This record gives sequence, structure tokens and C-alpha cells, in this order.
Amino acid sequence: MGVEGGFEDLLWLASIATCVKLLLVPAYHSTDFEVHRHWLAITHSLPLQHWYSDESSEWTLDYPPFFAFFERFLAVFASWVDPRIVDLIEGQNYKAGNVVLFQRATVMVADIILYWGLWEISRGLTIARRRVLFSAVIFAPGLIIVDHIHFQYNGFLFGILLLSLAAIRDGNDLLGGIYFAILVCFKHLFAVAGPIYFVYILRHYCRGSHAIARFCAMAGSVVGVVSLAFGPFAYHGQIPQILKRLFPFGRGLCHAYWAPNAWALYNAGDKLAAVVLRRVFGVLVEKPQAGLTGGLVGDFTPYSVFSQITPLMSATLVLGSMMPCLLQAWRRPSPKSFIRWVTYIFTCGFMFGWHVHEKASLHMVIPFSVVAVERVEDARTFMFLSIVSTYSLFPLLFEAKEYPIKVILLLLYASVMWISFSELFNPEEVAKKDETTSEDKTFVIGLLERFYLGGLVVVEIYGLCVHPFWFGSSLPFLPLMLTSVYCAVGMVYFWLGQLRVIVSA
Amino acid sequence: MCISAMEPEHHHHDHLAWRWPTSSLLRTLSIVVLCAFALLLRILLSLHSYSGAGVAPKYGDYEAQRHWMEITVHTPVKQWYTNTTENDLRYWGLDYPPLTAYQSWVHGRIIHFLDSAAVALKCSRGYEDAKSKFLMRWTVLSSDIIVFFPAAIVFVASYYKRRRFEERAWALGMILVQPALMIIDHGHFQFNCISLGLAAGSAVAVVSKHELVASVLYSLSLNHKQMSAYYAPAFFSHLLGRCIQRRSPVFGVMKLGIVVLSTFTVCWWPFLSSRQSALQVLSRLAPFERGLFEDYVANFWCGTSILIKWKQLFSIPVLARMALSTTVIAALPSMLQQIWAPSARGFLLAMLNGSFAFFFFAFQVHEKSVLLPLLPATLLALDEPEVLHYLVPYAMISMFPLLRRDGLILPYFALLALFFLLPKCPARSDNNSAKIAADRPFKFLSASILKKCSIAGAVILHLLYLFVQPPVRYPFLFEAFLTSYSFAHFLVLVIYTNCKQWLVPADDQWVASSKKIN
Repeated sequence: MGVEGGFEDLLWLASIATCVKLLLVPAYHSTDFEVHRHWLAITHSLPLQHWYSDESSEWTLDYPPFFAFFERFLAVFASWVDPRIVDLIEGQNYKAGNVVLFQRATVMVADIILYWGLWEISRGLTIARRRVLFSAVIFAPGLIIVDHIHFQYNGFLFGILLLSLAAIRDGNDLLGGIYFAILVCFKHLFAVAGPIYFVYILRHYCRGSHAIARFCAMAGSVVGVVSLAFGPFAYHGQIPQILKRLFPFGRGLCHAYWAPNAWALYNAGDKLAAVVLRRVFGVLVEKPQAGLTGGLVGDFTPYSVFSQITPLMSATLVLGSMMPCLLQAWRRPSPKSFIRWVTYIFTCGFMFGWHVHEKASLHMVIPFSVVAVERVEDARTFMFLSIVSTYSLFPLLFEAKEYPIKVILLLLYASVMWISFSELFNPEEVAKKDETTSEDKTFVIGLLERFYLGGLVVVEIYGLCVHPFWFGSSLPFLPLMLTSVYCAVGMVYFWLGQLRVIVSA
Repeated sequence: MCISAMEPEHHHHDHLAWRWPTSSLLRTLSIVVLCAFALLLRILLSLHSYSGAGVAPKYGDYEAQRHWMEITVHTPVKQWYTNTTENDLRYWGLDYPPLTAYQSWVHGRIIHFLDSAAVALKCSRGYEDAKSKFLMRWTVLSSDIIVFFPAAIVFVASYYKRRRFEERAWALGMILVQPALMIIDHGHFQFNCISLGLAAGSAVAVVSKHELVASVLYSLSLNHKQMSAYYAPAFFSHLLGRCIQRRSPVFGVMKLGIVVLSTFTVCWWPFLSSRQSALQVLSRLAPFERGLFEDYVANFWCGTSILIKWKQLFSIPVLARMALSTTVIAALPSMLQQIWAPSARGFLLAMLNGSFAFFFFAFQVHEKSVLLPLLPATLLALDEPEVLHYLVPYAMISMFPLLRRDGLILPYFALLALFFLLPKCPARSDNNSAKIAADRPFKFLSASILKKCSIAGAVILHLLYLFVQPPVRYPFLFEAFLTSYSFAHFLVLVIYTNCKQWLVPADDQWVASSKKIN
């Protein structure tokens, strides 16, 4: 065991998690599996200048260059395992046992970066807090569902995020900035946190007598990282093509399954208003063209009563909701609060962003788990957030055989976190240190939160039994809508709570 | 998954230790967590392949179980064990005792209600639709939850009641995540959780002195799978030994005999209308024509068949007699010990030794039968932790050829790794490691050169089996290596556990209290 301790614990938890992930190999995987397989084929079979223009499959490459390089790296091993995996045409929809095992294994191995990030971010914590943090992230059911069942590579990206947060927390702003630049060049969704990084670094790093020099160092490093990523493509004149892929316009405000954010409430409000106007006031409300008629919630969400939302409005709301936090960071750029701010900024992006996916709620859960082990109030909030976030991911797994898995994963995680936090914030232990015992210091979930979480059970039972019983197979979108609207209420609650904490700091 | 919940408590001041919670609510919750984790592993396992998946025309154990559901749902009870136009016994004819048939009927009714095509008469052979697979998997999962989990919990609560909470929780964890039972039931596809759960239940009744309950449960276990007869020496000798210690031994024996007979009568009722129908069922249960052993079994006959070709040298009746006499001789020491000095711990060791005697020498033993000696070894998790950790890997290795055929290599390694990882919790209790170190007779094996050689040998055999083409003349050479290797390890263990059993004294307190009752 090292000087700090906890390394064995990390290794132990990671090994157990890997065993569970290995058992998950034959579980359902979404089309994202084929997406990543095809990217292996693109990067392996084509010269660099064609990576972003290839259209041999509908799953075109639409992640930034570092991710493409990452796929190129994996493709080397893939071609050893089975050359058909990296075949542009023959490999399409190839899902033999060894392909699934290979691709699943790459996600598990890439998670080493996540463990590294966890190790760095937990430096300086007591061993007990470290353990709870390790468990909270490694066994996060949302991460397991999205990465190891649904199939994506979020684990190692969060690892890079944690590395960046750790560097900034330790006062190493330059390194933190570089890590963040690398992260954004892997997956541009993380750019949502750009404003807070910009404000914080400007006010915390680029100050004092060397302000200009530091600014230049930071700008130089970031430009360096970005040119490392995009340089080769710029050389081939691919930049406009890349941008077209990275930012596909024409997508609707909401994804097919509404992410549980402000827009889910807005959509639901519109539907409700239309019904009320029609039924109660007899107003002839024009039905939207697309929308609910197809049986699925459409990609575009035209409104019948409320005003249409434009990308500009969405962007304004995102930036506006970020403002209190950005001002706070401008006034008092303290490394202590940085992780909370990043969580808050991701929350704003999630709340009002354009075409947000439900998976993006992980961007809040993972960094916030670092905050949670420090203070009992945050631990309570974290419990609430992680349960709501995981529950909102449930519709990703719709097959019967994964149903018990997702339910048990969530219940196990909630129980284990409850036990761990209760022990961590044990009144006896706290009393020993602080000499003051108060009810506030113990880990208890508030009445309102409990009531709300109990409602999740009702929503689930409705979708599982009551809805099929009442409506049969008609209105299949209703349980999904109910899930996202109900979770949206919880998310808004979390967002407002964090806003209050940040403003009152 | 079981964060602070996986490992025994350290001293309170030591913040390095992983601790169990102290409040009773949280303790109860952590037991629930433990069970839920064990259930999760089983559900994950059930995503994997099973015996005979997609292998027409005969398929495997999955199809056998499904076929029994089909037969029991659609034909009258009297015809379940007889060859009729509807029930072709050559195609997976029912060859387990009536309780298995009733269980198939119950599960068959449920599946018939939810997905009738899956158990349609005759036309459902080899039916492997996704929905039916899910339902079939859940018949086993639910049986495990209903029978084995409660038996394990009650066993730990009863047998280890004087131990600390931390130790009991650890024992329960070990019983529930024992990989061999999980992988055969939820991977390969069988219902051992029912027969072994009933056997564990009757073991609880024995150690808690409820002998009549024990007799009923054991009879039920025997009526679910005839393999439970492996435990007969232990139950018989222990209960006999206890009756002898009482004032009126004959009355005690009669009482137990009556209970056993009536349980059997109830189970066999539909088949007792005539002598012939009872004998017909019986003949289905003892398939002598299937030979001395099945495939590759890590027992005496198969393990030594590299040296002596038993199957060629002797006829079946001779082999059957040889098997019977060697089994009795091998089981005799442990039986005598329990008649002589019955004790709770001695009884569990007798279950282990007696079932190993059967596994080694009995006629028609399957590789899966190693689950029977594994159960008592698992139940002794706290008393004999070394035995458990020694036996589990070799039991798994002995089934590796079977599991490879089933396409279960990945869960094989994952579950085995998990079984060894869970107790390896960092900074765990000193008490436990001290206890293992104090287990003298095995000291020479723990971390010594011998142990390292044994592990290295196992690794080499796995690599050979997985990646090297066997010589054309001996296509099953590596299977034979694996089973002989496991057999050699089992043999060492059995000698040790037999000695160990003879060192267990009679439960004096027990004798005194049972005399008081009579």
C-alpha cells in the first residue's frame, strides 16, 4: 500500500467492477455498437482525409479528431482479432461473438483512465471518503448502463475530466486547461463547460505580474492541443467538412425520448395547454403537423399553444442560467468551488441545451460525486441526483431481459450509497471530530425528496402494469413522456438547489 | 458492489478497515444488498449461453427441462414416466423423481399461460424464442430465490448464531456467490438450487435439532433429484447416532422412518396405483445402461482410466458391484464417526466426505455431481475457509470441458475471479486471516511452493485445452488431463477432511439436552 493508502481499494473495486462488466458482454447493445465498429473500419481502411467525408454507412464519424485517432488505435488490435471488423463494407453489422467481446473489452480497458482520474481527484481525502468516492463512480449505474450495456466510451472521457478537475483543484491550472482541451477534442459535448473554464482560468491563472505571459502560455497550450487534433485535417482542407459533421444543424430541440430537462416540462405544458383549451374553453387549437401522431415522440417538436423555440433562445437561456455562476467565479475564483461550478454549468447545458440526450445527465452525476463525499448536504443531494439521473436512463434498455438488471443495479447502488454515506457521516464519528452533534450532520434524506423518489416507483408501476392494462398497446409514448417529465421535475429541483448554494456562497 | 458491506469489521478506531454498519437497520439493509448482488450475478449469468443452445436435433439440458414442462403440462400424470405416442422417452424422457416432474408442471403451467408456443406438445422441440428463453431463465432464478436463498440465510442464522455479525454476513456472501452452483444452474441450465436448497434446509434442521423437519426436507430433496442420495450416509449415520444416545433408540428410529415413508408416499402418490407403475418410475431413475461415468468426471473411475481401462475390462454388472462396494467402504469411516459421536460440525463434514465417496466411486456420476460435495464445503465457509477456497477452483476446473461446450468460458473466468476477489478486500479483519493461518494441516499448501505449482499446473492445463490442438490419436487428451488433475486435488482434500472429521468431538451439550428432552 502506498503512502496515501487506498490504491488497493481502487484496484479491488475496479477488478470487481470488471468482473461484472465481463458478465454483461452478451447483454443488449444499441446501434452505437455498430457506430463504433464502423468507425474502426473507417479509420483503419481510409486515408485520413476521407475519415470525415466517408458515407459508406449511415453511421458517419461525428466525434472530434482525438476520438477518431483513438478508434484508429483500437483498429490496430481489431484487425489482429478479426480483419472483418475493420472492413468498410463486409464488416457492416458484423456482430459475431468475438467482435462483441473485443469491443466490450476495449471499453473496459479504456476505463483505466477513469480509475486514474479517480485516483488523482481523490488525493488528500481521508481513506474512508476515498473509498466512497471510488465506489460512487465505479459502480455508477448510469455509467454501467450507458457504457457497458448500451455501448459508449464515456468512462475514459470522464477520467480525463476528473484529471482536469484534479489539476485545477491542486492549483495546476495550466495542466487542467490542457486536459480540458484534450477532452473537448475527444468529445465536443464537454465544451459546454468551456465558459466556466474560460472565466476561472482567466481570473485565477492569468493574474498577477505574469498575467500576460500566463495567458499566452495557456492560449498557446490550448491552441497546441487543438492543432494537434485538427492540424492533420486542416492540412487536407477538411475543416469545413468536420464542422458540418460535429454540428449537424436541422436536428430538433428535443431528442426522440425527451431528456428530463426544462424542455420536457415545456413540451408537456404545451400539450396540456392544448388539451385544456380544446376541452374546457372549446378553442380550436391547430394540431401540430408532426409530433405525437406517429406513435413516437417526433424528432421535431412543434408547439400548438406555446411559442416555438429557436436555437438562439436555447443558447441565450443556457448562457443566462450560467451567469450567476460565472459571475461568482469572476469575483472569487476559488479552486475549492470549481468542481461544483463545473457540475452546475453542465446542469445549465442539460436544462436548456439544444437537442440534449438523456445520457448527458452523467455529466452532472460524475463530477458531483466528488463534491458529495465532502459535505453531508451534498451527499444528500447526490443521492437524489444519481437516482433521478439513473432512472431517466431506464428507457435506454427496453428489452425484457435487461429490465431486472437495470432495476437491481439502481436499487443496489442506492442502498450501498445510503449505507456508505450513513457510515461516513455517522453522528458518533462526526461528534468525535467536531465536538458538536446536530441532526443536520447525519445522513438523512429530506421528506420532500423521499416523497418525490417514492413517486418514481409510482411512475414505474404505471408504465409497467397500469398503462398496458388501461391502454393496451396504444399511446406507447405516454409512459416515456411521464418518465421524462417526472425526472425533469427532479432535475429542475437539483438545478435550483445548486443555484442557491452557489449564489449564497 | 457491496461497498462497506463486503468485509468483516475491524477495530473501531482503525479507519483503514472496511466496516459493516453498526445500526441494525443498516445491517439488515446490507444483508439485502448481499442477496441482491448474488441475484444480480445470477441474472447476468443468465444472459449467457446454455447447454445445447441451437444444437439440433438433441439440444441439451435446457431443452430437457423445457421438454419436461411440455410433457407434464400436456399429458396425464400416469403417462409422465411411460413411453406413449405423446411422450417419446428416447427424446429427453423424464429421468428425475416425481418432485422434479411436479416442479416442471408448475413452471410449465406458468409458461403455458404466458407463451403457450414454448411448451406446445411435440411442435415446440428446440423452441428457443427470446421470450421463452427469458421465461425459462426466470423459472430457475425464481426457484433459487424461493428455495436456495432462504435456506442459505436460515443456515447462517442458525449454525453460525454465536459468530459475530460480520462473520455471518461473510459466510452468507460466500454461500451465495459460490460460482459452481451459479454457473450450472443459471448458465448450463439445471434446477440444483431446489434439491441443494432443500438439502441445505434439512442440514439446518439437523444442526438445530429439528430431526423430523430434517427428515421431511431431506426426503423432498431426494425426491427432486436422486443425486441427493449422496448425502444419505451423513443423514443416516448422524440421525442414527443421535437416536442411539437417547433412552429409547428404537422408537426414535421408527419415528423418523415413518416420517420419511409418509413423505415419500405423498410424493409418489400418483405412481403408487400399481406395483408396475412404481417400478416404471424407478427404472427411469437408475439408468445403468449409460455406463460407469459420463463424459469426463474428476472421480476415481475416470481419473484412473488413463491407467486402467475399467470400461473395457469389466462388464456393467461387475462394475456396478465394484462401484457399490467401493462407495460403501469410502463412506464408512465418516459414517462410523457420526454414529459414534454425532455433532453438528461433524455432520457437515460427513456430508462432505459421504458425498465425495459417492462422487469418487458411485456408478454413473456426472461432472456436475461435484456440486454435491461443494454444498457442505460452502456451508462450512467459516469453520473451514481453506477447504472452500481449495475446493471451489478445482470443482470449477473439473467442469471446464462441459462449460466450454456450453459456451460459458467468459462467465467461468469472471465468476471464479469474483469468488477470489471478494474476500481479498484490502485491510480486512486480522481475525480472519489469522484464522486461515491457524488452519495448520493446510499450512503446507498455503502460499508454499506446492500451492504455486498447483496453480501453475492449472493455468498450463487451461492454456493447453484452450489453445493447443490435441493429438489426433487422443482427441480428448486435455479433458482427461483436466479431470485427472482435479481428481488428484480432490483426493488430497478428502483424506484431509476425513481426518478432520474424526477430530471433531461429539456435541456434549447436545447429548445432554437431547437426553433431557426424552
